[in-house]
Amino acid sequence: MISIKNLQASVEDKEILKGIDLEVKAGEVHAIMGPNGSGKSTLASVLAGREDYDVTGGSVTFQNENLLELSPEERAQKGIFLAFQYPVEIPGVSTTNFLKTALNQVREARGEKALDAVNFLKLMKEKMKLVDIDQALLSRSLNEGFSGGEKKRNEIFQMAMLEPKLSILDETDSGLDIDALKIVADGVNKLKSDQTATIVVTHYQRLLDYIVPDYVHVLYKGRIVKSGDKSLALELEEKGYDWIKEEVAAV
Amino acid sequence: MSTDDQILEEFTSKEYEHGWSVDFEADEAPLGINEDIIRFISAKKEEPQWLLDWRLKAFNQWKKMTEPNWANVNYPKVDYQAIRYYSAPKQDKKPKSLDEVDPELLKTFERLGISLQEQKRLTGVAVDAVIDSVSVATTFKEKLSELGVIFSSFSEAVQEHPELVKKYLGSVVPANDNYFAALNSAVFSDGSFCYIPKGVRCPMELSTYFRINAANTGQFERTLIVAEDESYVSYLEGCTAPQRDENQLHAAVVEIYAAKNAEVKYSTVQNWYPGDKNGKGGIYNFVTKRGICAGDNSKISWTQVETGSAVTWKYPSCILKGDNSVGEFYSVAVTNNFQQADTGTKMVHIGKNTRSRIVSKGISAGKSQNSYRGQVEVMKRADGARNFSQCDSLLMGDKCGAHTFPYIDIKNKSAQIEHEATTSKIGEDQIFYCQQRGIDEESAVALIVNGFAKEVMNKLPMEFAVEAQKLLALTLEGSVG
Repeated sequence: MISIKNLQASVEDKEILKGIDLEVKAGEVHAIMGPNGSGKSTLASVLAGREDYDVTGGSVTFQNENLLELSPEERAQKGIFLAFQYPVEIPGVSTTNFLKTALNQVREARGEKALDAVNFLKLMKEKMKLVDIDQALLSRSLNEGFSGGEKKRNEIFQMAMLEPKLSILDETDSGLDIDALKIVADGVNKLKSDQTATIVVTHYQRLLDYIVPDYVHVLYKGRIVKSGDKSLALELEEKGYDWIKEEVAAV
Repeated sequence: MSTDDQILEEFTSKEYEHGWSVDFEADEAPLGINEDIIRFISAKKEEPQWLLDWRLKAFNQWKKMTEPNWANVNYPKVDYQAIRYYSAPKQDKKPKSLDEVDPELLKTFERLGISLQEQKRLTGVAVDAVIDSVSVATTFKEKLSELGVIFSSFSEAVQEHPELVKKYLGSVVPANDNYFAALNSAVFSDGSFCYIPKGVRCPMELSTYFRINAANTGQFERTLIVAEDESYVSYLEGCTAPQRDENQLHAAVVEIYAAKNAEVKYSTVQNWYPGDKNGKGGIYNFVTKRGICAGDNSKISWTQVETGSAVTWKYPSCILKGDNSVGEFYSVAVTNNFQQADTGTKMVHIGKNTRSRIVSKGISAGKSQNSYRGQVEVMKRADGARNFSQCDSLLMGDKCGAHTFPYIDIKNKSAQIEHEATTSKIGEDQIFYCQQRGIDEESAVALIVNGFAKEVMNKLPMEFAVEAQKLLALTLEGSVG
């Protein structure tokens, strides 16, 4: 699905990613863990095409296409979805209106016909059940005055609506209590299939109790320094990140 | 350069869509202004003596006045002798019905997206179309007249209802009110007249389209709306002009009179040519709009979407004379490139328990300057007057400006006045968020801006709201940040 080779990126001339290699296949869930400032969110942003980041080297191939040449909206249209750590507020624009615009632009880009109001609403009802989201929330201005949990749930709802191939969850667990975390994780699990892949970016292990990864990678100082299966996450939970730092320093 | 600026630079300006002109044979006055020109206009329109005298008086007052310069706008001095004050598309004879109107003219309106025929058939919106200076066709006249509603060109009203025109003309905006109102009073050539008799709720939206076509021509239209006791009318005004290198002057006057329990809703979508990307050409839009809530419990509501003009200078106002009367002002003003807008309102509370509400949304992009200027005045005997003002500004990029000049003048201690103001910038974050969901940059901006302006857009009649939304997006194409 996505193949990242020696990816290097910097922001304002400061090098953040120093050569990332990662291969994610359809049906897989990869967790990217690491201490604060290791470059986790940068990786998510670079994949989504955020313009603040300059890619200085390496390549990213997404479904046999050079991802780095595409605009952010083209990436989205081709099936990359980023669940934001800090979802943005857009006053005066309801989630419904926002999603209708988004979905129809995505459909247009895929050569599909725009959904009319009736079919859009039908789809919305169906997906609302999936993430247990209240319709009243969707008619309010996008993310404006939403609680932390509502914002994250709304991200997953958008993901359900847009049916991406690759979902990147950037610190989706931050600011969530355990109940909200379960609901969000439950939504993500329901959306998983052997046709789609998920990259979960997180600082803590607890989200991975609910979204179980096939692979866990530890990002430190802009490099993946350790990879393993889900037991690696448990080990990190128990021991913290210091032993990894020491290992890296010893090399 | 920050990403914000880059996004801003990336957008390429879309040309003004209505920038074409049509060559009709025109019946014109020579350039310049003097008493003879005024006599010429008055004679052309076969006006009664009292109206000619009124014009001449206004002209003599205008000559003594000086052009005001307090607005936050800059433009080269207007040469009033280089303007043509009367230009009419030549018609062989006066049209009796739409079928007799010059087909070229009707085609012009079709290009503007207003097919009179279409409007007549489908929407039930009565339209009066004014091109250059002359009203061309008024639809639905008969149907309206069954109810006693008069909706006609100003010239026709002068001929057919001189007593009404004489009674109300200048009653809200006196001829010597200000420099541009005086000029208009002297040379106005046409406009719309609307009279709603007592107890009648006008069943359809009344609509006027103004278009300047001929070169070097000023447009000085005059609109007069009179709503008698217990009546209601919703009135729409739309404007476009062709693209020309030289600036053209538009100095209109709108007067609204609302009697007891009457309600008038006046909506404008102003899309005069704003000049090109480098600030060349465009319309100077110096307009006086004022309504008086003369009777108790009356209400006047102004809604405007201002996207065009090189320079806009306009303050639709309400004089709240009747007790419990209500004045409202909802405005979206968008400026891009080198446009300048100084717009707002004036609410004068005279009667008891009068209320006013001001919602102004300014959007500035490019190198434009956008100012809100509003005055709330509460007179001595206006017990229990209330005002709420909200002025929000949205900036795109860092080369434009947003300014707010609220004036508050309170002479009665019981008044309650609230003023809220915010300034925000379209964030790169917001645009990226939209893009990440598959929405391209331009649509993202349109979405964000329409969200910002929603409260005002919701006040527009439906058929206008759609047009206004598209206009907002169009005006900002070539601008974001």
